[in-house]
Amino acid sequence: MSALRTCLAGAARLAPGSRRALLLLAAWFALAALGPLLAPHAPGEIVDREVFAPFSVRHWLGTDYLGRDVGSRLLWSVRYTVLISTLSTLISCCCGFVLGIATTATSVWVERVLGRLMDGLLSIPSLLFALLVIAAAGESIPALVLTMGVIYMPGAYRTSRALALRIARADYVTASLARGENRSFVILREILPNMMGPLLSDIGLRFVYAVLLLSNLSFLGLGVQPPLVDLGSLVRENVLGLAYGAPAVLVPTVVLALLTVGINLALGGQRS
Amino acid sequence: MNRGLGRLVLGRLGASAFSLVFVIVAIFTITAALPGDVADTLLGQGATAGATAALRHAMGLDQPAWLRFWHWLDSMLHADPGRSLLTGRPVAELIGLRLYNSLLLAGATAAVSVPASLALGLACTMRQGSRFDRFVTTALLGVVSVPVFLLATVAVFVFAVQFRVAPALADINAVHSVWQFIRVFFMPVITLAGATTAQMSRMIRACMIDVFSAPWIEMAVLKGVPPVRIVLFHALPNAIGPVVNAIALSLSSLLGGVVVVETVFNYPGMAGLMVDSVAARDVPVVQCCALIFCVAYLFLTTLADVVAVASTRRGGSH
Repeated sequence: MSALRTCLAGAARLAPGSRRALLLLAAWFALAALGPLLAPHAPGEIVDREVFAPFSVRHWLGTDYLGRDVGSRLLWSVRYTVLISTLSTLISCCCGFVLGIATTATSVWVERVLGRLMDGLLSIPSLLFALLVIAAAGESIPALVLTMGVIYMPGAYRTSRALALRIARADYVTASLARGENRSFVILREILPNMMGPLLSDIGLRFVYAVLLLSNLSFLGLGVQPPLVDLGSLVRENVLGLAYGAPAVLVPTVVLALLTVGINLALGGQRS
Repeated sequence: MNRGLGRLVLGRLGASAFSLVFVIVAIFTITAALPGDVADTLLGQGATAGATAALRHAMGLDQPAWLRFWHWLDSMLHADPGRSLLTGRPVAELIGLRLYNSLLLAGATAAVSVPASLALGLACTMRQGSRFDRFVTTALLGVVSVPVFLLATVAVFVFAVQFRVAPALADINAVHSVWQFIRVFFMPVITLAGATTAQMSRMIRACMIDVFSAPWIEMAVLKGVPPVRIVLFHALPNAIGPVVNAIALSLSSLLGGVVVVETVFNYPGMAGLMVDSVAARDVPVVQCCALIFCVAYLFLTTLADVVAVASTRRGGSH
């Protein structure tokens, strides 16, 4: 309960950029949760004999390469993109932050071994790492979530550790330690609330990274598999419609750009 | 060069050597130790357990993992990455020409993106805070925020569908003249260079602005030195370390883009081969491609690291 209050108090003191990004994220979550309920057709239902149909009153966003309703499929694909990216971001940030903050209070050896491990993970390009795991374990959604969680953990670890180290040197932390408070109190009540803002924007960044990687993988045909659909695979399956300028390929492209560019612009281009 | 600097550089090289060992072990562990292997894929779902076991035995997949790792490492050290599990052809033969094609693509991209980002980064620095600067920075942030396949899709839509200036598929066998070379490479290079330039010029702008806040620049401005001269002769020489660092880091992040671009444009490079092999669970090919990519990546990031260490050291001793 106190952790929740800490989070809320931290969010109230956020920089305007991070607050805008949080609002945007909340809007996308709402769309992911409610969107499929609003879809006029089932995602797999073939509704028209015309393929790659343009915008029209009957099918607002046209039809795809099999004559399915693009609008309905789009609503479903947003759900999968947001869901998978969120889960993997949660994994990477929870593990990364906990390890990053905890190692400021553990022995030097733990930090050294862990730091080397994280460096090792960072020395494999993210898309390559994902490809390797998929080559071995296949393209299931749990495998995707876990892999992306591991890929973006070192970044979260580094950010949180750097922040925590800086704050641990502050006078109020020294004072609190001198008062005789125990370590967990100092970490939870002194250090954590003061790094909430940067940590939240780090979560936003990592969410964007996860969306980008997932979309790239799905576009390559190695991410979300049919009959499920996410934004990347929606672009992939309709890529032939490009020759006709079909909304089936242009609309998911624009939506994906809105998602990632929006959050990044709100965060003001902070990049690790 | 002094002893302190040498030690720092050696430290970086040591860390990279550790990373290399980590990468080699990780590549093998991920591809060999996780469940599901090529025997299942080759025989399909209808295969009997006996048939799968026999195939596994024939391929040597039933040996313990450490023994397979030893054999694999041994053959890699002898530059013999084995044979493709699917076609039976030697992996070295599959990769040979494709590696050359990929390097050609990467080289062409670097040749376009390095001058472009230097120009953009310097132009933004010179007019820092102006409307031009704000527009370019926002546009660049937009480009780095979208996946590479999106850039490729837009490039195809604009250049191949709307204006028909370049073919959407890169058929490099059709290259017999310089003009054809430009036509065929136009789309993949412009996509990759777009992504790389965006990132590189952002980093270059950041480190140039850092240098621009130094007192000697203010001195030069007050003396009335023209802005172009300040950038080229006062700021750039002092920012050369961070700039080279930025270039190397951005080029290393080009790898992910190469994978996507080669697939989209059907370019016969190594990344395309790797994606096909991943889909087919052709482990020896995947391992070898991954190793080559990781070594290239490590080389570039180590280069960036060493340059950064050397340049801050030099700046400090002045």
